Amino acid sequence: MAEPLLRIESLCKSFGAVNACRDISLNIHDGEIHALIGPNGAGKTTLLNQIAGDLTPDSGQIFLSGQEITHLSLHRRAPLGLARSYQITSVFPNLSVEENLLLAIQAHHGHSFHFWRRGLKNPQLLAELGPALATVGLGERAGVLAGTLSHGEKKQLEVGMALACKPKLLLLDEPMAGMGPGGTKELSGLIRNLKQEMTILLVEHDMEAIFSLADRITVLVYGEIVATGSVDEIRSNPAVRQAYLGEEDEAC
Amino acid sequence: MFPRFDRKYFCLSCSALLLILLPFLATLAGEPYLVSLFSRILIYALAAASLDLILGYGGLVSLGHAAFFGIGAYAVGILAHHDFEETVLFSWPLAIPGSDNALVAWPVAILVAAILAAIIGALSLRTSGMHFIMITLAFAQMLFFFFVSLEGYGGDDGLTLFSRNTLPGLDLSDDVHFYYVCLASLCAFLFLAGRLVESRFGMVIRGCRESEKRMQSLGFPTYRYKLLCFVIAGAAAGLAGALIANQVEYVSPGLMHWTRSAIILVMVLLGGSGTLYGPVLGAAAFLLLEEILSIYTEHWMLYFGPVLILVVLFARHGLFGILFGKEKRHG
Repeated sequence: MAEPLLRIESLCKSFGAVNACRDISLNIHDGEIHALIGPNGAGKTTLLNQIAGDLTPDSGQIFLSGQEITHLSLHRRAPLGLARSYQITSVFPNLSVEENLLLAIQAHHGHSFHFWRRGLKNPQLLAELGPALATVGLGERAGVLAGTLSHGEKKQLEVGMALACKPKLLLLDEPMAGMGPGGTKELSGLIRNLKQEMTILLVEHDMEAIFSLADRITVLVYGEIVATGSVDEIRSNPAVRQAYLGEEDEAC
Repeated sequence: MFPRFDRKYFCLSCSALLLILLPFLATLAGEPYLVSLFSRILIYALAAASLDLILGYGGLVSLGHAAFFGIGAYAVGILAHHDFEETVLFSWPLAIPGSDNALVAWPVAILVAAILAAIIGALSLRTSGMHFIMITLAFAQMLFFFFVSLEGYGGDDGLTLFSRNTLPGLDLSDDVHFYYVCLASLCAFLFLAGRLVESRFGMVIRGCRESEKRMQSLGFPTYRYKLLCFVIAGAAAGLAGALIANQVEYVSPGLMHWTRSAIILVMVLLGGSGTLYGPVLGAAAFLLLEEILSIYTEHWMLYFGPVLILVVLFARHGLFGILFGKEKRHG
């Protein structure tokens, strides 16, 4: 089998006595939407942070397209094709929507040691800005300060910024969280369209969205992988039902 | 949105006109002293606007900005000192004499301030928040005590310049000529910095203010951008220092004392950070209030304090925000 896009080998991370990741090994293949689910505190975001470079693992290795990135600093990962959105929206609140997207576009246009010409007047960047605004449906809000957007719009912008980096692997941390049903549907559509262009690792709580979007699912409980498989395999896995879905069902 | 936009440019052109005509108005009013007061205001405005570049746009609160201001002043002072004494600054590896030529001394002041900013910045930008404030403060104080103990150049007493620098075609010892040089320096800086903050480089700096982590995950090596911004701000403060040395014809370690950094910081906050023009307003308001209040009382700080508290409490974007609203903030 070909080298997977992302290969994680026996990754461990603990915070004091809490083992947030215990010996996690995982492959994510080109072109799939891989969902990561698990109850609160299962270590999903911790795992994502280690892939993105926000956290350094205690042991284990991470490879992106065969190249080891375990200890690569945060800003060196983006050029290799890694982009993420955050669970807590982290757009730049005091910059306008277009400036937010512009920064993301600028990031993969070489260095930014350009001091004279206005960033918003650069034809090369503008050529990408229009489509980027359109993709996330914020064309009419271009000049608005990002901090004044609604929660759903911020999420859209956040995803738009991750997309503008043209990543090979997109890490989405709970993109649906706090969105109304309409927004969830819209964002699901957007993610499904992205599938042709990139591989997606999705952390999400919205089961309906996951079952409709994901190709494969990995279930994480207390920092350990309980199961990895297709949607049907996960649905029928007794360990998963007991550990996660069962509780969900009862809760519902 | 447009009326407000126009209002800003209207006010800007009015104040520019006022500043250009000021020497004539001062002569008409029979108060030639105003010219040197306003030279001082323009020089501090330059220092404050340069701090705004890192504070307002970069989100880096530095309490050591006077270090660059002071080193720029000392560069001019020391060169003039050697020129007057007809001694050499260095005898090895090359004999470098002093100079009282502004075309030599001022670029040297800018360069020395930039190099100092590169060194201080390289170390202090590895920290952030409160630590950054403290480490910039510590560096500035180190420099202050270094110059206090530098007996060769007057130590605690400072250095008196024999005369102002010379600039071909102009007579800097004439207050009006000197005033226009200060005005031109400030305008040039405001124009260049205004372009800078809107450029791609400026976008990165403003992004770092909002969230450095996010900038890194977008793929920006933020450290080198912030460092260059710090160096640019330091260099401009060095030019302000060179000007102040010429204005008062005297340099002393007091120029780089931390209270001087605090005064520049207060000017930025008073005027409105992240606006470039705000700190100019802040410098003018600060020095004019000082001037007026000290006519009535020696304890002018007692009355100045409440004014400052009111502005900071009720006008988040300082005087600039009061005048033009916060909407058209540059940042």
